[in-house]
Amino acid sequence: MITTSNLSKKYSGNQVLNIESLEIPKGQSFGLVGNNGAGKTTYFSLLLDLIQPTTGYIKNNDVQVNKSEDWKPFTSAFIDESFLIGYLTPEEYFYFIGELRGQNKADVNALVSKFEDFFHGEIIGQKKYLRDLSKGNQKKAGIVAALIGNPEVIVLDEPFANLDPTTQIRLKNIIKELAEKQGVTVLISSHDLTHVTDVCERIVVLEKGEVVKDLATSAATLKELEAHFSGSETVL
Amino acid sequence: MIKRFLSLEWKAFFRSASFGKSLGIKIFMGFLSLYFIAMFLGMGLLLFPGLKKVYPDQDPLLIVNSFLFYWILTDLVFRFFFQKLPVMSVMPLLTLPINRGTVVNYVLGKSALSFFNFLPLFAIIPFGITLLFKDYPVANVLVWMLALILVVLIINFLNFIIESFSAEKELSFLPVILIVGGLYALNHFNIIAFNKIIGSGFNAIYNYPFLIIVPLGLLVLCYVFNFKLLRQKLFLDSGLKTKIKEVNASNLEWTKNFGDIAPFMQLDLKLIWRNKRTKSSVWMLAIGLLYGLFFYPQPMYQNMPWFFVFIGVFSTGIFLINFGQFIPAWDSGYYKLLMSQNIKYEQYLKSKFTLMAVSVMILFVLGIPYVFFGWKILLAHFAAAIYNIGVNTHVILLGGSFNRKKIDLSQKAAFNYQGTGAVQWLIGIPLLLLPMGLFAGFYFLIGFEIACLVLVILGVIGIVLHQKLMKSITQKYLDSKYKMIDAFDQNN
Repeated sequence: MITTSNLSKKYSGNQVLNIESLEIPKGQSFGLVGNNGAGKTTYFSLLLDLIQPTTGYIKNNDVQVNKSEDWKPFTSAFIDESFLIGYLTPEEYFYFIGELRGQNKADVNALVSKFEDFFHGEIIGQKKYLRDLSKGNQKKAGIVAALIGNPEVIVLDEPFANLDPTTQIRLKNIIKELAEKQGVTVLISSHDLTHVTDVCERIVVLEKGEVVKDLATSAATLKELEAHFSGSETVL
Repeated sequence: MIKRFLSLEWKAFFRSASFGKSLGIKIFMGFLSLYFIAMFLGMGLLLFPGLKKVYPDQDPLLIVNSFLFYWILTDLVFRFFFQKLPVMSVMPLLTLPINRGTVVNYVLGKSALSFFNFLPLFAIIPFGITLLFKDYPVANVLVWMLALILVVLIINFLNFIIESFSAEKELSFLPVILIVGGLYALNHFNIIAFNKIIGSGFNAIYNYPFLIIVPLGLLVLCYVFNFKLLRQKLFLDSGLKTKIKEVNASNLEWTKNFGDIAPFMQLDLKLIWRNKRTKSSVWMLAIGLLYGLFFYPQPMYQNMPWFFVFIGVFSTGIFLINFGQFIPAWDSGYYKLLMSQNIKYEQYLKSKFTLMAVSVMILFVLGIPYVFFGWKILLAHFAAAIYNIGVNTHVILLGGSFNRKKIDLSQKAAFNYQGTGAVQWLIGIPLLLLPMGLFAGFYFLIGFEIACLVLVILGVIGIVLHQKLMKSITQKYLDSKYKMIDAFDQNN
């Protein structure tokens, strides 16, 4: 589904990302972990064609993202609050995104109603603008908006941050279901190793912009990741 | 403690991300202040001899005193619009062991050092010195000068009191305009002669220096009141808690008539109506509409038909200019979303175009009563409206593709220069001066009707080529996509 080839990004001579090749098959739940500055958000921004690659390219379903815009209809993302339109209510925001993705109000209502327990009654019908919601609630609205219109690729940057424990667990179930039952390719990044190992079939560790580990998740993965990030692995 | 605060502010100023970027504006402001200093200095030096010459049998000091009322009113209005209470990010200080009173005193004390308070000194001191040279009693003159300085400070603090009461509301400038306008009207129609009251008050202070305690008392009162106001606000929750109004969601179904641009139209209308700064550009419509009334009633302008077009372009295009110059910066807060969404850029721009074109038509229709001042005016306005729709809309959209300044919609409205860059200044040349120049040229060479026709033809050409123009403008936006995303991502 997503092919990365010879991709690199430099800011004034400073290399922040360098991925020789990375293949993400359709329907995989893919996790990206790494410390601050490892290049996770840079990779997602490149995937969404928000920044230009220095070399190489990303192909999303055989569409080269910085050459054509044809990847947009089947791709959706929530990176940060700048993906929200502050002066809309959550409902209006969902309808707006829905219209961009060819969904009418009934479609959107049907989808959103499935997330009632995820919203915990704090999003819909509150008569509040998105800018007046708390950070966590904003995030919930943004994540659900990214699910509108049956996208085949969903990109979520740090989806678990700022969420309360109940919502984190619900979100994990949502993501798992998307990948397992509906064949959606889900890309998430996180600092929380437990969450990623719970959710993702495959975990890639970035360090200073390079892929240093590429693991198929198993019972031992969490231990391995913890060892990697605590630095004890280098001793072995 | 004060020393620490000063060093914090010094760092905040020089280390801010926008430092250097807005250097042009700072230099411009510098020149502006030099200009005002020169003006006031000139006034202070020439006031006494000037008044003596015009009114040889009156005491210049008494004349000056009788005009102080107007000065106070003007100063109050100017300060309201241009002087802001010095801001200090207090949030990080609140949890540190610093007395709240110290912070408030510091902020208020700093406001006393504002340029607005120094400016009058450039007039007061030379005038006072002239008085001394003319053998006025030294002690009385000094007390009189002191009284004026106290009044300056009173206005300074009074302004903050007014601001703190009206800042949260929409149309925040209405109360101050009403108060000042009311006082002026009461005085003008001789209902209450404030200028005489204030004048005799200053005469009294001059004659009986001990009366200086009156302005002094007022100043202390204003300061204490300000202190209390600010101290109340200096709690975490009052700063953090934002007032949340219930939202009246309207579905704006009628925009569906515009076809595939409907979602963007809805978004734009909500953008305009739900944010303070954009909302104020709606109020500017009224100003634009009434703009002609400044000129047309005066016989002088009746004989300058080439000037009609300038007013026509401005008054039918005020929304176009006001709203259009910040495309696409209005959407800078969520530009990344738009760019990663499944949108047609052309529809996005076309929605803005439609809004601007419709506003021009509405403003033209509302401006039809100007025909009262002559049919030529209506004709010129019509030509200007067509030109606005056909040419200026495209020009301003094109200008937008060079826009690299973010706008934070949550910021306050009036006199907010955020997002203003060189583009906004340069775009004014083709928008206003070009049609006026063209019109004036043809007017002097051939005649009024032909000049109107030229503008209409240009406008019609623009309308006919609309599709093509939009295509190339869209391409421009696409070309600068990454630069815009990057620029809109920067915080000041």
